[in-house]
Amino acid sequence: MTTPHVRKGTPPKVYVSVYAVLLALTGLTVAAARFDLGRFNLAIALAIAGTKALAVIVYFMHARSAGRLIWLFAGAGFFWLAILITLSLYDPLTRGWLPPPEW
Amino acid sequence: MTTPAHHFEDLGQQREAAALGMWVFLVTEILFFGGLFAAFAFYRSTHYDAFARAANLLDWRVGAGNTAVLITSSLMMALAVRAARLGRRRDLQLFLAATSLLGALFVAVKFWEYAHKAAEHLVPGFDFAVEGPWAQETRLFLGFYFVMTGVHALHMVIGICVLVTLWEMARRGVFSPERHALVENAGLYWHFVDIVWIFLFPMLYLMGAH
Amino acid sequence: MNRPDDYLNADYSVSSWLLTTDHKRIAILYLLSITLFFFVGGAAAVLFRLELMTPPGDLVGPETYNKLFTMHGVVMVFLFLIPSIPAVLGNFLLPMMIGARDLAFPKLNLLSWYLFILGSAVATTAILMGGLDTGWTFYTPYSTMFAHTNVVTGVLGVFIVGFSSILTGLNFIVTTHKMRAPGLTWFRLPLFVWALYATSLIQVLATPVLGITLLLLVAERGLGIGIFDPAIGGDPLLFQHLFWFYSHPAVYIMILPGMGVVSEIITCFSRKRIFGYPFIAFSSLAIAALGFLVWGHHMFVSGQSAYAGMVFSILSFLVAIPSAIKVFNWTATLYRGSISWQTPMLYALGFIGLFTLGGMTGLVLATLAVDIHVHDTYFVVAHFHYIMVGGMVMAYLGGIHFWWPKMTGKLYSEWWGRVSAAVIFIGFNLTFFPQFVLGYLGMPRRYHAYPDEFQVLNVLSTAGASILGAGYLLPFVYLLLSLKYGRDAGRNPWQATGLEWRTPSPPPTENFARVPEVREEAYAYGAEEAP
Repeated sequence: MTTPHVRKGTPPKVYVSVYAVLLALTGLTVAAARFDLGRFNLAIALAIAGTKALAVIVYFMHARSAGRLIWLFAGAGFFWLAILITLSLYDPLTRGWLPPPEW
Repeated sequence: MTTPAHHFEDLGQQREAAALGMWVFLVTEILFFGGLFAAFAFYRSTHYDAFARAANLLDWRVGAGNTAVLITSSLMMALAVRAARLGRRRDLQLFLAATSLLGALFVAVKFWEYAHKAAEHLVPGFDFAVEGPWAQETRLFLGFYFVMTGVHALHMVIGICVLVTLWEMARRGVFSPERHALVENAGLYWHFVDIVWIFLFPMLYLMGAH
Repeated sequence: MNRPDDYLNADYSVSSWLLTTDHKRIAILYLLSITLFFFVGGAAAVLFRLELMTPPGDLVGPETYNKLFTMHGVVMVFLFLIPSIPAVLGNFLLPMMIGARDLAFPKLNLLSWYLFILGSAVATTAILMGGLDTGWTFYTPYSTMFAHTNVVTGVLGVFIVGFSSILTGLNFIVTTHKMRAPGLTWFRLPLFVWALYATSLIQVLATPVLGITLLLLVAERGLGIGIFDPAIGGDPLLFQHLFWFYSHPAVYIMILPGMGVVSEIITCFSRKRIFGYPFIAFSSLAIAALGFLVWGHHMFVSGQSAYAGMVFSILSFLVAIPSAIKVFNWTATLYRGSISWQTPMLYALGFIGLFTLGGMTGLVLATLAVDIHVHDTYFVVAHFHYIMVGGMVMAYLGGIHFWWPKMTGKLYSEWWGRVSAAVIFIGFNLTFFPQFVLGYLGMPRRYHAYPDEFQVLNVLSTAGASILGAGYLLPFVYLLLSLKYGRDAGRNPWQATGLEWRTPSPPPTENFARVPEVREEAYAYGAEEAP
């Protein structure tokens, strides 16, 4: 990550292509939301947003040329976010499973 | 000018520390917004229908337009960082200006949206008036809308202030190919704020589009 | 040229302290500020322990009582325990232990202190305006709809202090990664550094969630944007989930650094290489990670789903494993060591005993069925005080005594040191052991009055609290006296290993004349007789 040619390397063409992809994906997510796909609506929306986020991280934020350590921390951030969301959702999603105790 | 601060051994070490520090800061930002996303997911699971209906109160066209604005500003930011790496001062100034102007446009649109919501009595805690069976859940949804986009907009405003400062520093020729960690870090921040919006847009605006 | 060339004497002006970026001076600033808050929080405890001497509410009324325990909790947790070891000892020692001249971001470090002062000033304002009565947990909807006290001000204070904690954690993480001296590989690091690193990870990963949660609380109370309001379909349990996502890991912010200190002290005063270095190092990381998976055990009887309760219960038991690994390794280090009973060692041994008891009773509380019996009783109060006071405060005092000669260049009175350690140990147990019994008998926490049959145990507890209070005043006095009358400590009064002992006491501003090179593992005590 410190070698100069890597730091300067990205040609503007790459940025512009990523930009085009991001715009296209924005259009795609709008289009996909117009159809009623049940629970897949959410999955598709999140998958597209995730792809866009990854593109921004890899190309615009230069994670591609960053060291392993930075990947580790960025990954930890999202992993801990996943812990937060799944474990807090576990409660409302399982509330009806057991009947309330009879006293 | 190109000597490291006193407690660093060399510029490489200083640059790596700055980069790692910024990424760790972004991790804290992920979790900061993450609390909001977790709360939103919590209610989305318990009030699915009500939230989908309430989402239709938002105009997805405005949201999509603003997404395009923000993505464009991210492109400008990436080009600004590139200009800083190559030591092209005029390009750097140009792209920093473009980034912050697009950011300002985003915030302006956001406030225009807010003003509209206020006119329609859709601001919780401020003359809120929605009738009907879903009124309470609508209020909850709009509460999220204002808090999430508000915190995001606050990040945008901070970012714009940083960019304007950097523009002035660039004008004075502070940055060089060896020394521009501030530009790099501002770029990381700006892209991160962009990513937050990339998730906010479909979650808030598109939930009820079908 | 006559002026000694150390960080304390480098400059005497006020601005040289208030604008310093020297990690050692910032540590001293933290030391002074959190000592103040320790005694503020302690004063609140004295008042409600006095109230609890007699069954009826005669000294203070219920509202005042609620405000007192809230103030005690908020001040002790956010303004003393969270910053205690990291911000004081960590700030002072981390750069020296890794052979660096300062933290990676010295100005950010100073900013952390100012944020701490700003946040604690706002929180203090809330107290001076009449206090708040929500308990340190700020549970909704009580804090948003029913409390008529200074909730917003108090919460904003904690919010600001949170940023101070985040920035300290960030600084430590980057410093540990990027500033280590040549040859200082990860497995040559002192275990205190591992513990600080694990703590910093928690600070960075958990504190932001507290920040946004408190912000939502303020939005609900101040702006009417109800996120947790049941009247509009909000769920108060969500607040508890988000709050404990921070506040359970925060318990480990309040114990992991203490474990690091104890690892240093035990090995030094056993004159023996620490037993199971990698296990202690990794158990710190394991505790930090597992700590994020167990928060629901604070909510067993809150109405969360029974399935969530079971999962959180099982996960909570897992934390016992790395904790036990540490205790076993310390014990194994003591085994056949040439132990000397110096003051820091007494504190460290006290820590091991009290932490073990606190940890074991934590398992009792993690058991779903038993928790239904003892939740919200004094059993819980006793449990977490065994961890936080018996654990962290003992370790903090142990660390202060261990590194005091390094920080000040002076030796304190060893005799008074031992006396104070003994008084604190006795006072602590007399205060909190009866509370285990009280809780088991069913006395609920957070009440200012109680039935007559609980009086004997409460009087014992209050008596213990007075001994404990006296015990805490002792080090305050003799450590201060040592500054004037203490003998010079020299570089290394304990013949300890570690880079911080290779530099003069007090250290020069730049820590080391030359960046040291590390060629051996930490804790090469008695290397010649090791098997």
